[in-house]
Amino acid sequence: MSATQSLGAAEAETLHAILASHRGVEGALLPILHDVQAAFGHVPPEALPIIAADQVISLAEAHGVMSFYHDFRAEPAGRRVLKLCRAEACQAMGADALADHARARTGLDWHETSADGAITLEPVFCLGLCACGPAAMVDGKLLGRLDAAKLDTILEGRA
Amino acid sequence: MKTWVPLDSAAVALGADEVAAAITAEAARRGVPLELVRNGSRGMVWLEPLVEIEIDGTRHGFGPITLADVPALFDDGLAHSKAIGPVADHPWMAGQTRLTFARVGITDPLSLDDYRAHGGFEGLTRALGMDKAGIVKDVTDSGLRGRGGAGFPTGIKWKTVSDAVADRKYIVCNADEGDSATFADRMLMEGDPFCLIEGMVIAGLATGATKGFVYIRSEYPIAISIMQRAVRIARDHGLLGLSVLGSAHAFEIEIRVGAGAYVCGEETSLLNSLEGKRGIVRAKPPLPALQGFMGKPTVVNNVLSLATVPIIMAKGAGFYRDFGIGRSRGTMPLQVAGNARFGGLYEVAFGLTLGHIVDDIAGGTATGRPVKAVQVGGPLGAWFPRSLFDTPFGYEEFAAKDGLIGHAGLTLVDDRTDMLGMARFAMEFCAVESCGKCTPCRIGAVRGVETIDRIAAGDASALPLLTDLCATMKSGSLCALGGFTPYPVLSALTHFPDDFARAKEAAE
Repeated sequence: MSATQSLGAAEAETLHAILASHRGVEGALLPILHDVQAAFGHVPPEALPIIAADQVISLAEAHGVMSFYHDFRAEPAGRRVLKLCRAEACQAMGADALADHARARTGLDWHETSADGAITLEPVFCLGLCACGPAAMVDGKLLGRLDAAKLDTILEGRA
Repeated sequence: MKTWVPLDSAAVALGADEVAAAITAEAARRGVPLELVRNGSRGMVWLEPLVEIEIDGTRHGFGPITLADVPALFDDGLAHSKAIGPVADHPWMAGQTRLTFARVGITDPLSLDDYRAHGGFEGLTRALGMDKAGIVKDVTDSGLRGRGGAGFPTGIKWKTVSDAVADRKYIVCNADEGDSATFADRMLMEGDPFCLIEGMVIAGLATGATKGFVYIRSEYPIAISIMQRAVRIARDHGLLGLSVLGSAHAFEIEIRVGAGAYVCGEETSLLNSLEGKRGIVRAKPPLPALQGFMGKPTVVNNVLSLATVPIIMAKGAGFYRDFGIGRSRGTMPLQVAGNARFGGLYEVAFGLTLGHIVDDIAGGTATGRPVKAVQVGGPLGAWFPRSLFDTPFGYEEFAAKDGLIGHAGLTLVDDRTDMLGMARFAMEFCAVESCGKCTPCRIGAVRGVETIDRIAAGDASALPLLTDLCATMKSGSLCALGGFTPYPVLSALTHFPDDFARAKEAAE
């Protein structure tokens, strides 16, 4: 199958191992997409037909599911991913100004990745850190009581 | 030296991992034998990372601890500059009635021995000696209502599933806690995961379900990890599996991870998501209790509802029902958030006035400025001005003031907050997160943003249009996302008309 070939042999093997590990799981599509994204950094478009066939759904359905959820990416993210909380509790502690600072500093708007692939900026609506905002998640690490100076330290890779 | 450093997300986000490592290193350097427990959070988030040290048999608190404060923990003891005294005697702790959160912050979350030593499995043990109807009756009599926000009586939902005839039934725990200002589900899962597991097993006994899912949002990596580990431990110790605690009952739990869709906190879209579909809301009826996951009878309960069941079963329905006011029985874990001087989790019986919560418990704002408004119940909750601060905390009491208590999150904002901006954000958020199934939500939210922008530009003729649009969304939407977004919008408009008129004057 051409889609498998375009994935590359090693990638196809990884994908089939993921699919095999979800045999018998009820409603397996989200767990599969999570595992695929964890393995590849995104959900490669050429993987989707194979996933759809495995789950006995149409490619349109698989695409519909993948594109419905904010988490799943069709393209790789930057080497660093900065997720800033934009929700009300963080806004109450200055999240809007912090977001403006981050956008100005990185030159990125929401959901954008820098041209050199260094960083992706994402909004997130609540990390459950509502009593210690503004909050963020940087490369999977949670951060609370963030301010512009701390954010700069992180963006410069000094923390 | 016995010490506790929380593994809770809020503590970790404020440096708890680094503090724990520094304490370990400092103890090694000094040759001090160290027993370090990573506990849940006590809920005093403004003091996190809150380190506890056992001194003469009492747990003393120190916080917020930075790396620079660590060496003095070994030298100064009670004289440490960050000492807060015995944690249990702190006014924040002493004023609470901790039933659901009784163990959170106290025990090692992943120690079954610790769980048992603090009353764990008493409820399940009693439930194993009862029939289905008896368990359902106790939960019904306790007055427990859905803590996710809708407030539907938990026992009645269980009875519907229990009475349904099917080859398979399911217990689904809704841990998709997406509302801003809420973090109680997260704290419970991180701080006392076995309590949730025990509650789900009891729900299985009461309804005849043998399979449970915990659907946790992906934004909660620590809660996911703790729950996965707790389920494995429970399985290894015979709490889950074919024979729960040696009984004839089987129960299994699977942890599922959401994928960043707020609407999946709505129970029917959560079920679609669990089934591997888009998180689109389903029309009701059929009720999930009759046709839920995979079309089978399904209990969908919030984390707190399920985690409250063990203590009800252990102490009896009457014990729990005796707390609270009116039809709001028992306790509610308040989540004090946003611009609060003392932010965190405070579990207390229903009935405190909003003003008491804001002024006395939260201590006003962190910025020291006047409180302008409080949003109660998350992004779909109404903004309450000070003139409504005499409202007692209860389901019906808040509904009577055109608000809701929701999941009991409270966002405080100070007097610099532009309420038109907050109303616009509510519409913007609804537009981003709408599942798209019903028109009032999908289109209404977009039009709502546009209409508020017109008002901001000085077009007062858009005001009645906004009110009209909100009425349409409220009565015409399929679920609470479109149906409740008008709450923050209309409450902002009603209570803070100046914020909607100010822009007009500027434009003229």
